Amino acid sequence: MRAGGVGGLTRWALWPALLWTAALFAGPLVVTLAISFTEHGSGAFTLDNYIGFVTRSDGAFLAALFNSIEVTAIVTALSVPLAYPLAYVLAYKTPPRWQRVLLVMLILPFWTSYVIRSYSWLVVLSKNGIINQVLLSSGLLDAPIEFGNSRGATVLGFVHFFVMLLTLTIYANLVQIKESYRKAAADLGASSMQTFLHVTLPLSLPGVAVGAFTTLVLAIGDYITPQILGGGRELLLPQAIMLQIERRADFPMAAALSMILMLVVSAAYLLFARHLKMERV
Amino acid sequence: MKPRELATILYLTLAIVFIFLPVAILVQYSFQDGLVPVPPFRGFSLRWYEKMLANRKLMEALGNSVVVGGVSSFAAVTLGFLAAYGLARGRPRHAGRLQFGLMAPLTVPYIIIGLGLLGMFGALGIDRSLVTVGVGHVVINLPLCFAIVYSQLGEHQANIERAAHDLGASDLQALLLVTAPMLWPTLLAAFFISFTLSWDEFVIAFLLSRFDVTLPVVMWNMLNSGLNPQLNAVGTLVFATSIGLVVLIAVLLMSRGGRRG
Repeated sequence: MRAGGVGGLTRWALWPALLWTAALFAGPLVVTLAISFTEHGSGAFTLDNYIGFVTRSDGAFLAALFNSIEVTAIVTALSVPLAYPLAYVLAYKTPPRWQRVLLVMLILPFWTSYVIRSYSWLVVLSKNGIINQVLLSSGLLDAPIEFGNSRGATVLGFVHFFVMLLTLTIYANLVQIKESYRKAAADLGASSMQTFLHVTLPLSLPGVAVGAFTTLVLAIGDYITPQILGGGRELLLPQAIMLQIERRADFPMAAALSMILMLVVSAAYLLFARHLKMERV
Repeated sequence: MKPRELATILYLTLAIVFIFLPVAILVQYSFQDGLVPVPPFRGFSLRWYEKMLANRKLMEALGNSVVVGGVSSFAAVTLGFLAAYGLARGRPRHAGRLQFGLMAPLTVPYIIIGLGLLGMFGALGIDRSLVTVGVGHVVINLPLCFAIVYSQLGEHQANIERAAHDLGASDLQALLLVTAPMLWPTLLAAFFISFTLSWDEFVIAFLLSRFDVTLPVVMWNMLNSGLNPQLNAVGTLVFATSIGLVVLIAVLLMSRGGRRG
């Protein structure tokens, strides 16, 4: 059955995008996988990059992997509960005409530049930055503390961005839930807390899952935030990858580290897959 | 006021302060009358804006970013639109799998996509340039553009397309003269989202560029050679431009809505 087309165009319209994705997305992944099994310099087949990942005496790569997983888990675990109430208030407790204004306000700060925003956090967190000033003048602190250049600063920089992103995805999901469901629950005698726990929350979980998974992918692959805010005392996986490229020009090791990163993301995907309906994004 | 409402307002206020804090500081120190953009604030000066405008590297990068963002987003929207149309109207077998394949790049970190393209271009002997950066940006933005357009291609448009066919329009005519105009707000939204992501993308642009670079890369290089209030000035300029664009779009949409209403 033809669905409105005379045939030709509707059939080939899909091909340019498919070919593009195959050649310039799948192709490079295969090349990276192949390179990860070669020796730096000679190009001969080897498993050393992967063996070295585990057995390296200082354990730097394994540490980077665990740091990355830890930081990403902390960021996701903090961002979701911070964003949910915000999305809830926006969707249900804000007059419609204000919803748009607040949404734009929410996104606006992220239209500066990502590199500069990260280093602005460094200024905010520094010894004579505004946070120390507030804490000192309120008597909560006796002497200024350097909050920047630490894991906490990296986490804060991430949470800042992902609270915005998660608020948007959860909000988009909440406004799609029919009001009649909540009204029906109320009519049947549910308290507002019961309505939330048994109706709204379960129905909004797909939005939470999509947002949390996006957070995970973007956070675990990010180089800028930990590089600017982290202070270099610990490495995350993307920093380890960039070090291989920039300092050592060791592409095969960088490729192996990328494949390990890819494995972690795939595992996360399988974990979330039940709740992720990619076609509904 | 009930305590619950008070808590709501307090939470909203705190959230807005948190979200605006770094940007407010960024803007404030672009007017810093000192050599470094760190506290204490030394007073008002526009000298860093002058320096920024006179900085050739920075201005070139700004232009490069506009071109890379514009061209790559146009390509991503075109490919995504065609794919969405093909999938929605052609109803190919394995439609679910094809869709999954097109969306797959969304589940892969940018650094891996950038590294893979670097490796493949290297193996093929293709030099790094703004073109390779643009190719990378199409790879990451195509799935988004496809998803946005696909979600908006419904039965409503199909009926009108059918009407166009019955009146003798060819597939191409129907696509360009009927489907695309009906979808233009969606296509425009996809373009702007794509442009925003390309504009601010660092790691792919960093890995795939060489002599000509985009704005985030040049800013990164400047940052590595020391803190510089010029960076704050650029950030503020970008921020102001975005606000201007938002206002412009809002006004355009409102006047459209007004005519309709």
